[in-house]
Amino acid sequence: MARNDFAIRAQGLEKRYGETRALRGLDLAAEEGTVLGVLGPNGAGKTTAVRILTTLIKPDAGHAEVAGLDVVRQGDELRARIGLAGQYAAVDEYLTGRENLVMFGKLYHLPGSVARRRADELLERFDLTEAASRPVKTYSGGMRRRLDLSASLVIAPPVLFLDEPTTGLDPRGRLEMWDVIGGLVADGTTVLLTTQYLEEADQLANNIVVIDHGHVIAQGTSDELKTQVGGERLEITLARGGNLNTALAALRPYSAGEPQIEAEHRHIVVPVVNGAQQLPAVVRDLDSAGIRLDDLALRRPTLDDVFLTLTGHAAEEKPTPDEPSTGRNSRQPARENEKVTA
Amino acid sequence: MNSAVNMKTSIADLRPTQHGRLYWTITDALTLAKRQLIQFQRIPEELVFATIQPIMFVLLFRYVFGGAINTHGVTYVNYLMAGIFVQTVAFGSVSTGIGLANDLQKGLIDRFRSLPMSKSAVLIGRTLADLVRNTFVVIVMLIVGLLVGFRPEGGPLGWLLALGILLLFTFAFSWIGATIALSVRSVEAAQSAGFIWLFPLTFASSAFVLVSTMPIWLQGFAEHQPVSVIINAVRGLTLGQNVASDVWQAIVWCLAILAVFVPLAVWTYIRRTAR
Repeated sequence: MARNDFAIRAQGLEKRYGETRALRGLDLAAEEGTVLGVLGPNGAGKTTAVRILTTLIKPDAGHAEVAGLDVVRQGDELRARIGLAGQYAAVDEYLTGRENLVMFGKLYHLPGSVARRRADELLERFDLTEAASRPVKTYSGGMRRRLDLSASLVIAPPVLFLDEPTTGLDPRGRLEMWDVIGGLVADGTTVLLTTQYLEEADQLANNIVVIDHGHVIAQGTSDELKTQVGGERLEITLARGGNLNTALAALRPYSAGEPQIEAEHRHIVVPVVNGAQQLPAVVRDLDSAGIRLDDLALRRPTLDDVFLTLTGHAAEEKPTPDEPSTGRNSRQPARENEKVTA
Repeated sequence: MNSAVNMKTSIADLRPTQHGRLYWTITDALTLAKRQLIQFQRIPEELVFATIQPIMFVLLFRYVFGGAINTHGVTYVNYLMAGIFVQTVAFGSVSTGIGLANDLQKGLIDRFRSLPMSKSAVLIGRTLADLVRNTFVVIVMLIVGLLVGFRPEGGPLGWLLALGILLLFTFAFSWIGATIALSVRSVEAAQSAGFIWLFPLTFASSAFVLVSTMPIWLQGFAEHQPVSVIINAVRGLTLGQNVASDVWQAIVWCLAILAVFVPLAVWTYIRRTAR
C-alpha cells in the first residue's frame, strides 16, 4: 500500500533520558481516519512518543511521519496539520474561553475574522457558548478539557493527538469526552489516543498498541488482543462461610486451566471452554455439592487481563476493592486523580 | 452526531495565511503580549502588590532612614526616587520569570510549541508585556514620589531620556529573569532564584546611600556595577545634572545585557523545552 494511507507511521523510535531509555525501538502505525489507542502504564513511554510525533522533541533514532510529513525535517509544515490536547488542560486560566480560542486561532495564523468565527463555532459545538465570556478559572474540569480539545481543533487538523484526554476527569466528564472523541472520528480525523484506562481504549480505538518499557508488547483490535490472552473465564463468589475446596472440586471437570483463587473474597476464577454450554451443568454440580453462591458470571477477558498476561503486572496499581469484583465489566479505572506520567 | 471538525467555516478558510518569518515573529509576540495585558486586568491584585512593595520602600526610606542619610546638597527624597525607580523595575524582572515558569508548568508552552507559530515569540511577547506593566508601575511610583516631596528639576528632554533608559533597563533585566526561570525546575525556584541576586545588586549600589559612605572594598563594586550606573544616569537626568557619560554607560550596559541574555534565554528555552 502507498505510505500515504498511513496518517501516522513511526519506526524504531528511540529516546533516552540519561540512564533511562524512554523509548526502545517503538513502532506505531495508524491508517487515515482511524483511532489508534496507545495503552500502557505510567512511564511506559506514551507521552514521549506523543511528544516526538508532535515535533516537541526529537528522537535519538528512528523515523516518523505524520500526515505524510517527516516529524524531524518537516516540523514547521507538520505543526500546521496537527492538533495536540494534553494531560493538562493547557489553556490560559485568566482568559475567557472565547479569548483562548481566538488566541490559538491567531497563533495558527488564521486571519482574525476567521479565528473569531471558528472560536464561536467550536464553543457552540462543545457546549461552551454560555461560559464563553467567563474566565476559564471558573470552569469545571470537564469544561476545561472540552475547551482544551476545542483549541486543538481550531484548524480542523487531519491528525489529532490526545494524550490521556480523560485523566483526572470524573466519570461523567469521561463519558462526555468519549462522546466528543467518537464524533471526531466520525468526521474522518485520525486520532492517536494514549490512555491508562483500558476501558477507554476498548471503547474508542480501532486498533490498540500496548506498550511497556518503551516498546510495543502487543497490538491488534480489542478482540484480537483478548483472543491472544485466552478464552472465557467463569467467576464465582461463594456465600459467606462457603468451602473453597469443595467448590474447586466441583469445578475441576470444567476447568481448562489453573484456577485463580482469592480466598479472602471467596472468589474463584476458572478458565473455561464453551462456557455458555457448560454453564447449566456447572450450576447443577455446585448446587448438588451444597455450594451457595453470592455471584456467578461468565466473562470474556478484559484488557486488564491482556495487560496482566502480557507484562506480568497490572496496568494500574489499585487498592483492593471492598467488594470482590464480580460479574462482567465490573472493573473500573482505578485512579481518578492521576496527575503526571512520564 | 454533529460534525465536530467541519462546521460552517470551511476547511479552506482554516488555512494559515502566508507571510515572512519576521512578520510572524512580531505578530505572534503581539498576540501573546495581548494575552498578558488581558491577564493584568483580570488579576489587578497582582499589580497592586507589585506597587505596594516599592511604595513601602519610598515611605520607609523617606521618613525612617532618610533623616540619617546625608546626600550632599540634594534633598533625600530627590536622591532616593531614581533608586526606587530602578529597583522597582529590576524586581519586575522576577515576574517575567514567574510567568514563564507558570506557562511551562501548566503545559501552555508545550501547546505553543505544537503550533505553527514563531518560537521566539513566546519570550518576546512576554518581555514586551512586562515592559508595559513596568511602565505602569514606574508612573505609579512617580506619582507617589511627587506626593512625598520629590521635586525633580530636569527638563522634559531629560525626563524622556530617563524614562527611555528605565524601559531599556527593565526590558534587558526581563531577559535575565527569563533565563533564570528557564534554568530552574519550578515556579517557586524561579521566584526565589529570580530575587536573590537582585538584593546585593540593588542595595550595594547608589540607590539609597552615597557609595562613598561604604567600606572601601565595596565601593569599587558599588560604583561601577550596572544598577548604580543606571541609577546615576536616571538621577542625573531627572535632577537636571550633567550626566552625559553616565547616560552613555547606562545605554551600553543595557545593550550589552540584551546582547548576552537574549540569545542565552532563547538557547535555554530551546534546551529546556526540547526534552
